[in-house]
Amino acid sequence: MTANLQFDPIRLPPQCEALRADVRAFLTEEIAAGTFDPHQAAHGELYNRGFSRRVGAKGWIGMTWPKRYGGHERTQLERYVVTEEFRVANAPSHLHFVADRQSGPILLKYAPEHVKNDVLPRICRGEVCFSIGMSEPGSGSDLFAAKTKATKTDGGWRINGSKIWTTSAQVADYMLALFRTSPPTKENRRHGLTQFLVDMKTPGITVNPINQMTGKPGFNEVVFDDALVPDDHVMGEIDGAWKQATSELAYERSGPERFLETFYVLLELIRVLGPEPDLRSAEGLGRLVAQLHTLRRMSVSVAGMLQAGKEPVVEGSIVKDLGTIWEQKLPGRVRELAAFIEPEVLNRATLEDQLTFATMIAPKLTIQGGTTEILRGIIARGLGLR
Amino acid sequence: MPDEREHIVADAAARILADLADPQTINKAANGAWKEPLWRALSDAGLPLAWVPEELGGSGAGLAEGFAILGVAGRFALSVPLAETLAAGWLLARAGIEAPATPMTLAPARPHDRITIVADGTLNGRAAGIPFARDVPHVAVLADGGRQQLVALVDATDCRIGEGRNLAGDATNVIVFDHVKPLASAPAPDGFDQSSLMLMGSTIRSVETAGALEAILSLSVAYANERVAFERPIGKFQAVQQNLARLAGEVAAALAVAGSAADTVAQADKFDAAVFFEAASAKIRTAEAATEGAAIAHQVLGAIGFTQEHILHRFTLRMLSWRDDFGNESYWAAELGKQVARGGADEFWPLVASR
Repeated sequence: MTANLQFDPIRLPPQCEALRADVRAFLTEEIAAGTFDPHQAAHGELYNRGFSRRVGAKGWIGMTWPKRYGGHERTQLERYVVTEEFRVANAPSHLHFVADRQSGPILLKYAPEHVKNDVLPRICRGEVCFSIGMSEPGSGSDLFAAKTKATKTDGGWRINGSKIWTTSAQVADYMLALFRTSPPTKENRRHGLTQFLVDMKTPGITVNPINQMTGKPGFNEVVFDDALVPDDHVMGEIDGAWKQATSELAYERSGPERFLETFYVLLELIRVLGPEPDLRSAEGLGRLVAQLHTLRRMSVSVAGMLQAGKEPVVEGSIVKDLGTIWEQKLPGRVRELAAFIEPEVLNRATLEDQLTFATMIAPKLTIQGGTTEILRGIIARGLGLR
Repeated sequence: MPDEREHIVADAAARILADLADPQTINKAANGAWKEPLWRALSDAGLPLAWVPEELGGSGAGLAEGFAILGVAGRFALSVPLAETLAAGWLLARAGIEAPATPMTLAPARPHDRITIVADGTLNGRAAGIPFARDVPHVAVLADGGRQQLVALVDATDCRIGEGRNLAGDATNVIVFDHVKPLASAPAPDGFDQSSLMLMGSTIRSVETAGALEAILSLSVAYANERVAFERPIGKFQAVQQNLARLAGEVAAALAVAGSAADTVAQADKFDAAVFFEAASAKIRTAEAATEGAAIAHQVLGAIGFTQEHILHRFTLRMLSWRDDFGNESYWAAELGKQVARGGADEFWPLVASR
């Protein structure tokens, strides 16, 4: 066997169910208070500072991090429960989610102590938003073609160039970005990039919003014009960022957000079909349910393996590959299954409204955070093909 | 989580099958002479009756250990009734009936086939698609006795058994019970019905399919790394890599959902809503994985994989056949869809999250 794929049948431990009840109660209160509408994924405000602070106060940001940095030292599986409940409810967690999922863990690993003490507790309180500065006009999936330069100067680095397609930059307090500190070498084209923590208030940074095809903001261009980043904001080894992407990738790729992005159309389909669907609809629905259950069992399994200290990088990439394709196809499947339902049926209008939005955002799901093609390259490497 | 005992049992099964059921050797075999020593070795290791308690003539292993054996059997595309004998022994044990030390199969194997037991204690009815029925001396039967479900052990020579083979060439037959007097019969446990049997059979086929897919992935990757075209191993071409990555995804899905269903059955004390949700999902998704996975593997292996000489068909055709046993994926999808619709939208996420 070249690649021994492993998906242990991991169950969420009992303490997760008590936590789940707390999370549901909290979300129900927030919905009742009008913070967001779980049926209106399309129309809600995604960034809500008040909501994120209340989530932080509940202890649901930085859940797995050390207490000395404001974390709560809970398990990956507990964090999993919070993430999936928030996602299923369409809760507006954009402000804190990226920091919680991937920026915080990078800081924990590479930031100097005083930076950790400064930033991590604020993440945990739901006060700061992170963006990720990877793509540039001339480099997207090919991360190591990045050209935006960091030039050494007294006490820090001068940044010049631009990042693009940067989600959240319009509201972000910080960016974790890759900048070029040396040219690549002949032996290693990945050499020469360094990871930096950038305070978005730094003079010399301009954020230009780019509307998405939904008509809504989301993308940004971020231009750096001699922006100064201090030495203590270098994250990890200079020129060696390529060595630093390890198990974080498995976290980033295998979570419930990688298959629940369009879940609301499935829920609405069930509402519209009613208690006695015809055979065609029942069969179609049953397949979708089995596929969703499978994805969730895969995803929980990866979370459990990570908690146990394993590094299921290939398994994590597979979850994102299958999960994003599933959530991308879901609006189309739901549309087919709802095709013969009378227009007068209650909620039909809501379903159509949701399908419009889900259909429009579907293309991005297999692009953001690692395209299908890149993921399959990683899986192929794991199989021993490259 | 796989524990020590499961590993020991699985290793024992793998050693026997590697010695006596190597797919390459069997594919070249001129006749079925390999079956006898294989079955003897499996029996000596206590594997066919693993799910039968010692006091009923078995080796008394747990459900999890039995499923580990079946995963291994799938990896060898085993074409003797090991899974069927395991399941038959398990069914007999539900009713406290002693298992014979022979290969067995079980009936019914389709959700809508009904076998009834009438007042004089004889069995009547017709059950289609019974795996290996022509090859085994005994059949374990779940029969409808009106007020209760009964389990019966039947001598196969007392039944009319049709001709027929599945896609993979394994005997798969209609059995007609015409006033057949069973060798033994006893009531099934309360709440155990034909749906329970279909769910158990579906879990078994799901686990075997996941095993077959693992083997298919392994041999497809090995082939892609060896076969040279355009002066490179074909595995170096992105188009082929993408196909194999998709295959790995299907294998992963099958392993995860089958493992989850097997774990659920092994932990459950009855065939409740959780078992239904897990086992139905597993049968649906592993069947889909079999369909996709077989197509991809054949595409990667090209013409050689389409020959009788190559072993690929032993895996692909067998798992494609397994889709039809104990309720096909369309049947279970309709059942699962109806169940979810009855529960309504508000109950749906709590149901998914409960597993």
